[in-house]
Amino acid sequence: MKWSSCIALAVVLLILAIWETACRGFSIPDFILPTPSRIMVVAVLQAPLLLRHGAITGLEILIGIGLSLLMAVPLATLMFAHRSLEKALAPFLVVSQAVPVFALAPLLVIWLGYGIASKVLMAAIIIFFPITVSLLEGYKSCGNDYIMLFRLMGAGFWRTWRLLYWPWALPYFFAGLKVGVTVATIGAVIGEWVGAQGGLGYLMIQANARLNVEMVFAAILWLSLMGLSMWALVGILERKIIRWR
Amino acid sequence: MLFVSNLTKKFGDLTVFDGFNLDLPRNGFTVLVGPSGCGKSTFFDVLTGVVPKANGEIIWLEEKLSHLRGKAAYMQQKDLLLPWLTLIENALLPIKVTKRSGNAEKKARFLFKRLGLDGFENYPPQKVSGGMRQRCALVRTLMFEHELVLLDEPLSALDAITRRSLQSILLLLQSEFNKTLLMITHDVEEALLLADEVLVLSSQPMQIRERFVLNTLKPRQGDEAQLLKIKLHILQELQAEVAHEMV
Repeated sequence: MKWSSCIALAVVLLILAIWETACRGFSIPDFILPTPSRIMVVAVLQAPLLLRHGAITGLEILIGIGLSLLMAVPLATLMFAHRSLEKALAPFLVVSQAVPVFALAPLLVIWLGYGIASKVLMAAIIIFFPITVSLLEGYKSCGNDYIMLFRLMGAGFWRTWRLLYWPWALPYFFAGLKVGVTVATIGAVIGEWVGAQGGLGYLMIQANARLNVEMVFAAILWLSLMGLSMWALVGILERKIIRWR
Repeated sequence: MLFVSNLTKKFGDLTVFDGFNLDLPRNGFTVLVGPSGCGKSTFFDVLTGVVPKANGEIIWLEEKLSHLRGKAAYMQQKDLLLPWLTLIENALLPIKVTKRSGNAEKKARFLFKRLGLDGFENYPPQKVSGGMRQRCALVRTLMFEHELVLLDEPLSALDAITRRSLQSILLLLQSEFNKTLLMITHDVEEALLLADEVLVLSSQPMQIRERFVLNTLKPRQGDEAQLLKIKLHILQELQAEVAHEMV
């Protein structure tokens, strides 16, 4: 194990130890703040329930990622190809992030219903921005000398895109995707809070209403693990595709 | 073969060159040397259409053109190899871009062998030395299949030994592949070792200050008396240009 990983693990264990000691020392009741050990027990014992709801949230996130990729990649490419389009659309992109996703959630539930669609769209809205902006920046960072080489070879825009711009921007794309997948859980969970029939956000709201704080924490733990796994998966995919780095 | 007449380029009030003339013979090796910032690279940019000319004519094989894009191969100081492609894929890039077919790969493999890259075809550029990368860039330049080759300080980033070996490869372009070469360099000795004709340029606005025709056989040695004499003279000329600019 690397030193940096050892330090990170030590910090986590230290925080958990302080938390556990404080809860026991001050006799804090479980419905206010359960101990980490209790949360772990619930997370394991209630695994089938958490897994069932986690699968719904996971599916929402995965479809959200797919949808945002379908929108972000062509849009960033078109904005790069036509600078006037970039100027025209940039304010809308910024506005899409300036409006809090919490404000949009009730509207999306009204428009798209209590099913999976509203949550998918919430997740997609959150992921869309970092991917679009990162990819666009990646395209723009392409070296002028390389662009000139392709022009001298007589390459048109799309051929240059395929052979130069896209591979060049891939590290930026993956950086945006990594940010996107980690924040995607926020969109899906907020959507589930507002109105849903399943999912970890829905489970958290139900448990919270019954003062089952251990279950709320267990759901948070599962959500964190989901985010971490997706981040790691994107990292593996990145290393497989960008082999030249 | 290439005839440049009255070529003018200005950036606002700055005149880079005004009424610049050049006449390149077929299968010749012409080298431009001049002080830094005199406009040599801008001249290549105008020739290749990277920046538009303000005035003047570019005539290639008796055809009047606005630039030489699509007519000349161009090699720069940086090798510009794409790290996601192997060496052979990089060399074949001009073919991929122009969708040409035929026996391009066979030709590329032959050139790899000829330029000492045999066995490294499937290596990524980041796994080979700077000299090998530059040789691969040279193969890519040859794959353009243009008779005219523009070389903008192609060897300046290399160490002395690699540079020497690549100089002999540049001579091959002329003798074996019948290319017409126009090269920019800061290295006067390199110019004298390679060129049939050395053109010494002035500061901006750039003009041909002096012309040296070298008829001695190649490969040459840098310690030949005649070359040493010319080298000293050119260096004095360039120093005078720099001193004049500083005043």
